[in-house]
Amino acid sequence: MLAVHELSAHYGPVRAVDHVSLEVSAGSVTAVLGANGAGKTSLLRTITGLIPASAGRVIFEGEDITRRPVEEIVRRGLAHVPEGRGVIAELSVDENLRLGGLWRGRDAAPRKEIYELFPRLHDRRTQLASRLSGGERQMLSIGRALMGRPRALLLDEPSLGLAPLLVAQIMAMIRRLADTLDLAVLLVEQNARSALSVANRGVVLNLGRVVADEESHRLAADEGLRHAYLGF
Amino acid sequence: MTKFIDLTLSGISDGAIYAAVALALVLIWRATRIVNFAQGAMLMITTFIAYAVIGAGASYVVGFLAALLSGLALGAVTERVLIRRVEHAPPLNAVIVTLGLYTVLVAVAGMIWGNTPKSFPAAFSLRGYTVGGTTLLFTPNDTFIVLVVIAVALGLAAMFRFTSLGLQMRAAAFAPEVARLLGVRVGRMFTVGWALAAVAGAIAGVLVAPSVFLGPNSFDPILIGGFVAAVLGGLDSPPGAVIGGLLLGLALSYVSGYEGSALVPLAALAILVLVLMIRPSGLFSAAQERRV
Repeated sequence: MLAVHELSAHYGPVRAVDHVSLEVSAGSVTAVLGANGAGKTSLLRTITGLIPASAGRVIFEGEDITRRPVEEIVRRGLAHVPEGRGVIAELSVDENLRLGGLWRGRDAAPRKEIYELFPRLHDRRTQLASRLSGGERQMLSIGRALMGRPRALLLDEPSLGLAPLLVAQIMAMIRRLADTLDLAVLLVEQNARSALSVANRGVVLNLGRVVADEESHRLAADEGLRHAYLGF
Repeated sequence: MTKFIDLTLSGISDGAIYAAVALALVLIWRATRIVNFAQGAMLMITTFIAYAVIGAGASYVVGFLAALLSGLALGAVTERVLIRRVEHAPPLNAVIVTLGLYTVLVAVAGMIWGNTPKSFPAAFSLRGYTVGGTTLLFTPNDTFIVLVVIAVALGLAAMFRFTSLGLQMRAAAFAPEVARLLGVRVGRMFTVGWALAAVAGAIAGVLVAPSVFLGPNSFDPILIGGFVAAVLGGLDSPPGAVIGGLLLGLALSYVSGYEGSALVPLAALAILVLVLMIRPSGLFSAAQERRV
């Protein structure tokens, strides 16, 4: 579904993503783990073209999408939920959702479907997104990405700043989405323990490089790796 | 009392023009965070095009449409060819580019149409309404000006609020990166923003031309008024631009009527300085909300 081959990207002279390879298949969750500055966010931003790749390739559904314009990549069905819950604060909840499905035209998911998934958003649909709590914003940005009926979903730190109970809910929902919609999910997380609890595979990054790529239960069982990179 | 009514009505008419120019500046500011110093020259060119079309024997309506279409094209081409190269550069680059464009357009207009001001036809009579034996300064053409600007403002507001294009334009203006991640073709939205702005400017040009005469530099004072109105309204708020335009039109009309027209440029400047000192974000800016 989504395959990354030897992908590299630079910020000036700094190599933020260093020959990273990984794969995500439909209906599965791959967690990308690692400390602050390990290159997790840069990896996602390079995949969707927000940072130009300096080497390597990104293959999505059999086609090379490396160095394509961001909006064209998204329009192929690769949704990216950015860090910091990129809701547009000046637009209402409903407008944020509509925006997510516009490029799909008539084939967009009905908003009703998303509101059924997140009833809290329905209660607040006419309010400005700036009025939402952190958890609600996260729901809105995930729901908004689903409006375009994507085939793959890139999530950047969905648990950031949320209470533990909410984190568990969001993680369970990510798992459910992968299963029910047959989505390929690439989940970037600092909260390694909760991410591994729902992921099929885990990829650990350090200084932009892959230091481990294993099934998640093995990764969780590897004490050395956990202590060195995952902090639990 | 008649004088007060006269000044109020002509203030509303002038204010409508400032509002239209301010709308043009605000549309561009919202889309690309650039103050378009070439706005006055762009609307001068489109008004000259209307002048040429009418001069060739076409009707006023056809001339008006020619101004709108040429504004649409001029705005879009300017964004694609010139502005796109400086959108991500330091702000000063864009300032220099728009000033350069201003100079080029003024020179080109002078070469084609000469520098002597020309008279431009009005849509309706320029003779004031007569009420109870008194003739007012307010004319049927002023009514036309006010109605057209109201229609433009309401049309733009409805477009932003109710259409998918408007939603995408707002998203592209508020959060370009997030918009791109939602499949919005942000570059195209910027082009549309510039094109619509140039159309609003073109409308202002055709409306005001009968009273200022048409020459390469005729619209400079209008641009200054439009700029003050835009700042008054907060620079990123279309309703603010309209209200700012009307307030400025009224204020300058009273200054002109009671204190003398020589003071008008000074008064405009004083209002600009006062707004920037007391409320730099303008009367209607969303700037505070954005920091959430």
